Amino acid sequence: MRAILLIVAILAIVAAPMAAPWLQFVLTMAIAKGLAALGVAVLLRAGMISIGHAMSFAASAYGVAFLARGGISDFGVLLVLSVVVTGLAGAVVGAFLIRYRAIFFAMLNLAVSMVFYALFAKLYGLTGGTDGMTIPVPTVFGVVLSEPTFKAVLFYGSVALMLLVGLAVHRYLDSPLGHALSAVHTNEVRLEYLGVPVWAVLLVAYIVSAVLAGMGGAIAGFAIGRVVPDFAFWTASGHLVLVAVLGGIGGVPGAFIGAFFLELLHTEAAAFTDAWNLIVGAALIGVIMFLPKGLYGLLTRSEVPAK
Amino acid sequence: MSASILQVRDLHVEFNGVKAADGVSLDINEGEFLAVIGPNGSGKTTLLNLCTGYVRPKSGSIHLDGRAITGLSPRVITRRGVARAFQIPQLFSDQSVLDNMMLALAAKDGLWTMLRPLALPARREEATALLDLVGLRDDKNRVSRTLPEGHRKLLDIAVALALKPRLLLLDEPTSGVSTLERFSLMEALMSALRTRNITALFVEHDMDVVARYADRVLVWNAGTVMAQGHPDEVFKDERVLKNVVGVA
Repeated sequence: MRAILLIVAILAIVAAPMAAPWLQFVLTMAIAKGLAALGVAVLLRAGMISIGHAMSFAASAYGVAFLARGGISDFGVLLVLSVVVTGLAGAVVGAFLIRYRAIFFAMLNLAVSMVFYALFAKLYGLTGGTDGMTIPVPTVFGVVLSEPTFKAVLFYGSVALMLLVGLAVHRYLDSPLGHALSAVHTNEVRLEYLGVPVWAVLLVAYIVSAVLAGMGGAIAGFAIGRVVPDFAFWTASGHLVLVAVLGGIGGVPGAFIGAFFLELLHTEAAAFTDAWNLIVGAALIGVIMFLPKGLYGLLTRSEVPAK
Repeated sequence: MSASILQVRDLHVEFNGVKAADGVSLDINEGEFLAVIGPNGSGKTTLLNLCTGYVRPKSGSIHLDGRAITGLSPRVITRRGVARAFQIPQLFSDQSVLDNMMLALAAKDGLWTMLRPLALPARREEATALLDLVGLRDDKNRVSRTLPEGHRKLLDIAVALALKPRLLLLDEPTSGVSTLERFSLMEALMSALRTRNITALFVEHDMDVVARYADRVLVWNAGTVMAQGHPDEVFKDERVLKNVVGVA
């Protein structure tokens, strides 16, 4: 049943911009944020809340801008290099942060992300300050495309990436390493007594989450054509946590469901009223109060633990 | 006599001035089933904590198969072949009984198989066989937090066995297990230990269990070894009868 729902949802996403072209940008951004929120959801499996993952999101987008400024113009190369650099940065930051738990982990992520934000905003000569940096339309496999054509390629490429990455993350979470990650949340002591290096389990998860946020940031940068320091602001990090919780962390689709729901709600609400935050907020309260497992929980409701 | 697998020498540890180990030396011999008895608070669990690296001694040394393990982390000591079952079962409470077992088996095999599922058919089969051994086969799909206390205890022991240890440390394996199930659990445990050639140390308050199954008894009192020997000899010792058996 869920497989059918998934196929229908993918077909609807792919077809939507044909019916309403304005949806192409909204859905591309939803996928970008969904990827980043999936990164947050991976860490949430271990009970670790990061209120700073916008730093990886922003770092990757800035990475694309710097690489483009450095003369690299191919879409694939820009995407891969920026994500790799973000993953390496995640390894360095993660090696320090995974020593902490609970509120300390959350707040240290926030602190580090705000350092990134300040650097992006203040190093005017390098980053353009609050004006940000332009991300030009790249070539795709050496082919020069018009902006509308590239945006269409970006959208369909993002859908494909969402499916591939979703599958890979599903495999990761279903592997011993993924189960060990969940086990960190419930019993770190037993995990050590199984001979499992908890630090390594968490570091892998942190790098995976940084890479996912990096993919999202790069896609967002390409979609908007510009990157600004606000990409790394703490509210952006909070937004990613919100998307992850809203969608539900019980499975990979949750993050994307949350992202699509929030982006579409935001877009629709903003079209009706300036007080769109009120509508978004009311919807969030409703979901959080009545769907503790998030929107994805609606699809998994029938699966109660076997007694 | 069999070779010594674990050597503890002149171990000292204290908590807020209370001596939990006061110059203790002892050996655990290969293949034996050593019981540690003693009053509550005498430091029996501390001995397990010391041997598994959870507590570091103030002084003294611990060697496993002639290699020093003093001060190493529980993770490293576990990888060297020492497994532990706890007085309060340490489980992954949100995961199923089977997943608890398969994660232990995967940890033993090497966790770094990122793209292979946890539930490989061979691993599932091995986990089910171990659950069968401790009588938990019917519970394998239950979430472990929903198990009754006695079954949680059994699962904790099965998880430790899944690590295929050289030395197994058990902290009150029969506490929380019903009287009816107590001896069947011990029979299953002894069978598993013998067939897998596992040496074991167990802390126990049930003297019937100790008398029936232990090869040797070590009496722990106020951080020292008061007596040790065959159960028949130890349970005739006046000091043991007065200070330990009467209060155990």
